[in-house]
Amino acid sequence: MSRANGVSRLLTLATLVPALAACGAGDSEGGPEAGSAAPGATAVATSDPGDGMTRRAGAAEPVYGFGTPATAAQIAAWDIDIGPDGAGLPPGQGTVAEGLEVWERHRCILCHGPTGREGPNDLLTGRIPGDEFPFANDRSLRSTVGNYWPYATTLFDYTRRAMPFDLPGTMTDEEVYAVVGAMLYFNDLLPADAVVDSATVVDTRMPARDRFVPDNRTGGPTIR
Amino acid sequence: MPEGARDGVEAGRETDGNGGDVNDREEGSGLTRRALIAGAAAAAGGAITASATRGLVQEAQDPTKVPGARPVTVGSRSPHETPEKLLSGSMGGSSRTPLQDLHGIMTPADLHFERHHHGIPYIDPATYRLLIHGMVDRPTLFTLEDLKRFPQVSKLLFIECSGNGGGAYAPSPSPQHTPQSVDGLLSTSEWTGVALSTLFEEVGAHADATWFLAEGSDAAVMGRSIPMEKAWDDAMIAYAQNGEAIRPEQGYPARVFLPGWEGNASVKWVRRIELSDRPGMYRDETSKYTDPLPDGTARQFSFVMDAKSIITYPTYPRRLPGPGFIEISGYAWTGRGLIERVEVSTDGGDSWHDAVLQEPVLPKCTTRFRHGWEWDGGPAHLLSRATDETGYTQPIRQQVLDARGPGTRYHSNAIRGWRVASDGSIEFAPV
Repeated sequence: MSRANGVSRLLTLATLVPALAACGAGDSEGGPEAGSAAPGATAVATSDPGDGMTRRAGAAEPVYGFGTPATAAQIAAWDIDIGPDGAGLPPGQGTVAEGLEVWERHRCILCHGPTGREGPNDLLTGRIPGDEFPFANDRSLRSTVGNYWPYATTLFDYTRRAMPFDLPGTMTDEEVYAVVGAMLYFNDLLPADAVVDSATVVDTRMPARDRFVPDNRTGGPTIR
Repeated sequence: MPEGARDGVEAGRETDGNGGDVNDREEGSGLTRRALIAGAAAAAGGAITASATRGLVQEAQDPTKVPGARPVTVGSRSPHETPEKLLSGSMGGSSRTPLQDLHGIMTPADLHFERHHHGIPYIDPATYRLLIHGMVDRPTLFTLEDLKRFPQVSKLLFIECSGNGGGAYAPSPSPQHTPQSVDGLLSTSEWTGVALSTLFEEVGAHADATWFLAEGSDAAVMGRSIPMEKAWDDAMIAYAQNGEAIRPEQGYPARVFLPGWEGNASVKWVRRIELSDRPGMYRDETSKYTDPLPDGTARQFSFVMDAKSIITYPTYPRRLPGPGFIEISGYAWTGRGLIERVEVSTDGGDSWHDAVLQEPVLPKCTTRFRHGWEWDGGPAHLLSRATDETGYTQPIRQQVLDARGPGTRYHSNAIRGWRVASDGSIEFAPV
């Protein structure tokens, strides 16, 4: 799901600086012959509106003509990702109470325990006092939805595409809303009587939301 | 162990954060005598008699006095050669390349490491499609044959899981680590496919697209967000590995390949690429594969694998036979380009010697290094450290601790070492 502007601190700069319009779109002068000589050898059109992101457009017309146009229905069948802005969230809703039923019915409980704390597999529940983020300094700390995941949209996205483990991708959207609600409830991020819909998933402020920063390693002599 | 990436100490076991349980090493090759004989019989193509196969190892006939075996449609290793991947974790799905058993730089495809996030899917190449859509002029479906019609690119490249080497970063690394158990989530192949830039030209990528999302058709529909710059630089959709079709466990029939970047982002079994103006904040770029820092933040989208090296001979569990010449050998690699220099120490870092870099020395590929050493029979501590073309030198553990703290899990590249005792025994001993 595309659209909308970047939403994390990581991308703040990108959202502040307007992107330049398409630049030199479609230098297809190379054609198949030139392309054969060197893939990507068509003239490079780039610009940098100040955010460090290179801008470059593809060709105005197909260069080789291979492939088949994708229909809207074909795209919709596979376009399952949920953006951090909520793009792609389906209609529907569920409740935390229903989520607790889903938790048992879909056997989430077998891997994650009755409240997401017990394992044996990925730990999902747990907050750190003051919502601190001391992971680098304490090797024994374990990350959870409540102390590490920056977006609840990710929880919906991942749960819907990959869970339950033995029958991945088989829950209804309503079941996913409900069980996401249960996991947020386990982490004290939603009350027990909460109704969960797309707005809930977007608006739930995750404790680790502002903890993520861009990679500052650049090579050279400094160890970062 | 659970698949939890940053789990650290789980049930008393130190994990590498990527499905690899560093204490969970298998002993020996596990090859049974029956398998050995069966393999020998198959390899011999029936030219060896039953009595000969029974006593294959102990009483091989003089090969100059019996007709040799006929050609075979598919070759196999000598039954005397039994390199194996090391499986780790109960659910995570990873296997490690036997680095200590290999020569040169290439990894045989069947020994290439694996790291899956929900198993290996079965995909019929006849029905395979790659969808490219989003911020493009022409959303397009490509068949495998379509992909193969485009101009090819082919490069020798390493790929490394960013959790590789986590066992070396533990507070008390096991002295019983082998190159395979500590750094076996590293392999090198010739990867062949189509440049992603070629495909993005073809579909008319929009100039304001800054990221693309790549998703696989595995059971996790695993996805990552990748900056468009990588596509315009050197990313590819690979469909061949070491001259043959990619193996199922490596992404058959086609995968993303991002030279020099953490392996997880090179999405296998890729079925969908969506161009966008922001990352998707997928599970494996938020809750996993991020690097906590001492200031209470976490580094995200830390794609590049920095310079690293490891001696693969001589190493645990070998025992040196006695004083004399030993050729120390290993791999060095960097995601930032070329390895410029590898130094070897035999005295724990008091003195360093330039190792010979064996050709070819290629960017974003493993480089084989060698250093001749005369062992005097006394205690020794073998270390290697790599420097890349940016001037980055592989750090010691304390430098990484200072920069990232003890809780970090990924991108573990501190200097690895091996302590040699006077009796010739060897233990893993990083610094």
